[in-house]
Amino acid sequence: MIEQPIMVRIFDITKESPGVKTLFFKSKLNFEPGQFIMVWIPLLDEKPFTISYFQEELAGISVLKKGLFTNALHNMKKGDKLGIRGPYGRGFSIPKTLNSCVVGGGIGMASLATLTERLGNVTIVQGTKTASEIIYRERFKNMNICTEDGSIGFKGTTVDLFAELLKKQSFQRVYACGPEKMMYRIFELCNSRYIECEVSLDRYIKCGFGVCGQCDCSGQRICIDGPVFPSNELSNMKDFGKTLILKNGKRAYC
Amino acid sequence: MPKIDLSINLCNIKLANPTILASGILGTTKALLKRVVENGVGAVTIKSVSTEPREGHKNPTVITFEGGMLNAVGYSNPGVDAAAIEFASIEDVGAPVIASVIGTQKEDFVQVINRLSKSKFSAIEIPLSCPHTPGFGMLAEQGTPQATFDITSAVRKVTKLPLFVKISPNIPEICTVAKAAEDAGADAITAVNSMGPGMVINIEAQKPVLSFKVGGVTGDALRPIAIRCVYDIYKAVKIPIIGVGGISTGRHAIEMIMAGASAIGIGTGIYYRGIDVFKKVCEEMTQWMQENGFYSINSIVGIAHD
Repeated sequence: MIEQPIMVRIFDITKESPGVKTLFFKSKLNFEPGQFIMVWIPLLDEKPFTISYFQEELAGISVLKKGLFTNALHNMKKGDKLGIRGPYGRGFSIPKTLNSCVVGGGIGMASLATLTERLGNVTIVQGTKTASEIIYRERFKNMNICTEDGSIGFKGTTVDLFAELLKKQSFQRVYACGPEKMMYRIFELCNSRYIECEVSLDRYIKCGFGVCGQCDCSGQRICIDGPVFPSNELSNMKDFGKTLILKNGKRAYC
Repeated sequence: MPKIDLSINLCNIKLANPTILASGILGTTKALLKRVVENGVGAVTIKSVSTEPREGHKNPTVITFEGGMLNAVGYSNPGVDAAAIEFASIEDVGAPVIASVIGTQKEDFVQVINRLSKSKFSAIEIPLSCPHTPGFGMLAEQGTPQATFDITSAVRKVTKLPLFVKISPNIPEICTVAKAAEDAGADAITAVNSMGPGMVINIEAQKPVLSFKVGGVTGDALRPIAIRCVYDIYKAVKIPIIGVGGISTGRHAIEMIMAGASAIGIGTGIYYRGIDVFKKVCEEMTQWMQENGFYSINSIVGIAHD
């Protein structure tokens, strides 16, 4: 495979929340839930995004307006062109019949969206700071919603709500994506109850195909060994939940 | 039948086999170096370290094409203070570790080497030949015979470790540069760095793909050039050569050693064959040696010469 961007035209744009837009484009990607693509805006930059919608020949990325690059994506119009390459990495494992739960914190829900559709009957937890930030409310009608300010749903974090759910029921597998501290606590909760857990990690990515070493997490390359890691591997990754590597190679706390 | 021995002695460093992780590939953390060692490498090189932290170029920084890879990472690194912490107790890695050191002037090289001196690196490599980072290598004219001599001499004064000088394939007088490094006290020549720079334009976007527009070319396209460079340098200097450029199979490695290399670097080979490329190359070399009656690496070095 030649690792170079292919230009696609934006086919449609939908607004998921005041800060999140989904950009749709036609493409025949060989995508599995949990994988990511690199999105290129010529002369600006290139960043990793998960595919949050995947239908026949139509894929979408849900973009939280956060910095220069995501701002530029938000300013794009139908018909504008984007470069994409990938998909890259190892996605979520999808067993046939398991009682599972997905836990999405903030825009982390985007990484779990196609997985949620694939799993079908699954418990969904989505948490944000406030009501207006909740995404995919029409798409997933039976979500367990929580907000830190209590403006909708349970008042508290996804970790609090997940711990509440565990009082009433158990799961065979839990999938989480969100801030790393959150994922670490979900992983710990699962470990204490012998529940298998898979999380999708986020690091600064450059090449996307495992040669540059930028996205290291304890010897694992997020781009090719991950981004999804199961509990047994996470247990050996000392950096998980603690430190990450910035663009310049410096370590920082998660 | 005698046992096939891939081990080598490179400037008094013992390597279990002649494969070396080339600089700039996976050398960002101690954990990744360890992982490469678990995959059968003989020695590893850290990602180049400068005095100050550097963000490098914006993405895209690494892409591939039909003939190999194109990169303009731009020497992103955390700077020597953070690197000294990351690579403290580097002996844990389990194989010799080479420190790649960069600078915009010779004083920078000296400063970085002094700051790293508490870590147990096995050798120092100075790449004077990067084709895509302003202030460094070819873009700062560090690759001329005179500059190579000056920087190598300055570094030689402050370290007793084996010193490797990495040179560019892009200059006609490559042997003069290698000779200048040898005369200044280098213990080995690493040949070669990436070539070019080259450019890939996306014709739909009508723009170059790399953010820096140009980048160093590595992989298959580089191999015949690297082989020729090593062949020429072998005749020009007495010190050993670490042959780098497009090696991803045992046959490539044997070819490079026949041209005159005592050890071989692998970088882009990880893209072609995965992180266990080192194990694969060693297995293939062993098999070829078995079939062709060679029992040591030394007996192959330079045999393509008249």
